[in-house]
Amino acid sequence: MNRRELDVSVESAALDVRDLRVAFVQYERGLRRRVVEAVRGMTLSAHPGEVVALVGASGAGKSLFGHAVLGMLPPNARATGEVRLGGRLLDEAARRRLAGRGLVLLPQGGSYLDPTARVGAQVRRAARLAGRRDPAAAAREALAERGLEAGVERLYPHELSGGMARRVVGAVAGVGDPAVVIADEPTPGLHPEAVAAALQGLRRTADGGAAVVLITHDLRGALGVSDRVVVCRAGSTVDEAAVADFAGDGAGLAHPYTRALWQALPGHGFRAPAEPGAAS
Amino acid sequence: MSLVLDDVSYRYPRVAGWAVRGASLVVAPGEVVGLAGPSGCGKSTLGKLACGVLVPAEGRVVVDDGPARPRRGARLVQLVHQDPVAAMNPRWRVRAVLDEADPTGSSLADPVVGALVETGWLDRYPHEISGGELQRVSLARALLAKPTYLVADEISASLDPLTQAALWRDLLGVVRERGLGVLAVSHDAALLAEVADRVVSVGGGTLAV
Repeated sequence: MNRRELDVSVESAALDVRDLRVAFVQYERGLRRRVVEAVRGMTLSAHPGEVVALVGASGAGKSLFGHAVLGMLPPNARATGEVRLGGRLLDEAARRRLAGRGLVLLPQGGSYLDPTARVGAQVRRAARLAGRRDPAAAAREALAERGLEAGVERLYPHELSGGMARRVVGAVAGVGDPAVVIADEPTPGLHPEAVAAALQGLRRTADGGAAVVLITHDLRGALGVSDRVVVCRAGSTVDEAAVADFAGDGAGLAHPYTRALWQALPGHGFRAPAEPGAAS
Repeated sequence: MSLVLDDVSYRYPRVAGWAVRGASLVVAPGEVVGLAGPSGCGKSTLGKLACGVLVPAEGRVVVDDGPARPRRGARLVQLVHQDPVAAMNPRWRVRAVLDEADPTGSSLADPVVGALVETGWLDRYPHEISGGELQRVSLARALLAKPTYLVADEISASLDPLTQAALWRDLLGVVRERGLGVLAVSHDAALLAEVADRVVSVGGGTLAV
């Protein structure tokens, strides 16, 4: 199912997540059972054409959000809450079936590529699985859209630079014309020029009609390409703010944690939290 | 007494062209010097030359009138990387990571280290604490070697704004209290404007002040 089949309109959000919770069941020494709640209530919606940033510190549960929405959590995790795609309430199994077609995740690194297969084969396979009629042409087009020439198709993942590998991951994810794209920390470890290119690529994906969720710790980068910012802390979404409110001394930001994030940026106060390590 | 890079040049083996060419730089105790420039301009190479990880092909590095790589003891210039996970043995607990730099086993007795590292992290493995927490451990380990200078290579590029501001607040505290000299490598001009006393731009392996 791709964007056309998913029947999304601007009125109904392409992705609508309400009170998502993820708990892990762990066994300690002596087989004592312990339940750890890692995501404690995340609410976020994204409309077609929108980039919505999910911003927070590392360890705030941002990556789990993406994996939970796609129904890709490890077996010892349990997710609850409502996830709607194109207005329809879908359970984990149904979302898992959509994953890679109507709904895609851009994972953190190029390490998600198959190291034993050439780039062209991997993108063509994704195009075939997504039901594209001419997978070879679709693959070539998806690579070209991201500035990768035809020669790249013959390369193996280890022959790519970090920035190229991420663009290939982007081509694999985007070739099916997805309605919802969740990008998980697409920028760390990249050169500033590559960061800008990766973020602009997401903006173009949204401008093409997809709903994009940008998961990142980089508030400044997110503000450059997003329409709205959802802030999460310790497993919960605590605030949603318009990009325009991140201005001046942050007086337009209602939530104290959002304001603290803004005022901690270099050039906007560089204010550290009161307690050492309190932010981590 | 200062960290001096005197007309240093470096080229990587089997790579055409110089990564750093005729660069000179001085970092005084208690001074934070920012090193800015686009990717691939040689700023990280310059940082590695300053701390003795690389040896210049031409020119010399002098640390408080001595060599960059003393024959005994820890180097006076320590390096902190961007990615703390890659800088630590994944099979060592945080306690062992810190004890490597301070074999007395009383790492947390040092007030600076005590402020950086929480007791609760000591029995965890690197992947069991957050990236921001682990970078604090990495900084603490470098400081336990009692350096007089520190090369901070993009140490907060992977951190959220609050964690970044807290890390730098604590590092700048050490700069003030102990006269630590810092060479801060970053692509982020706004960050360098906050933390550095002066900023040096690198382009094509050479410096422009």
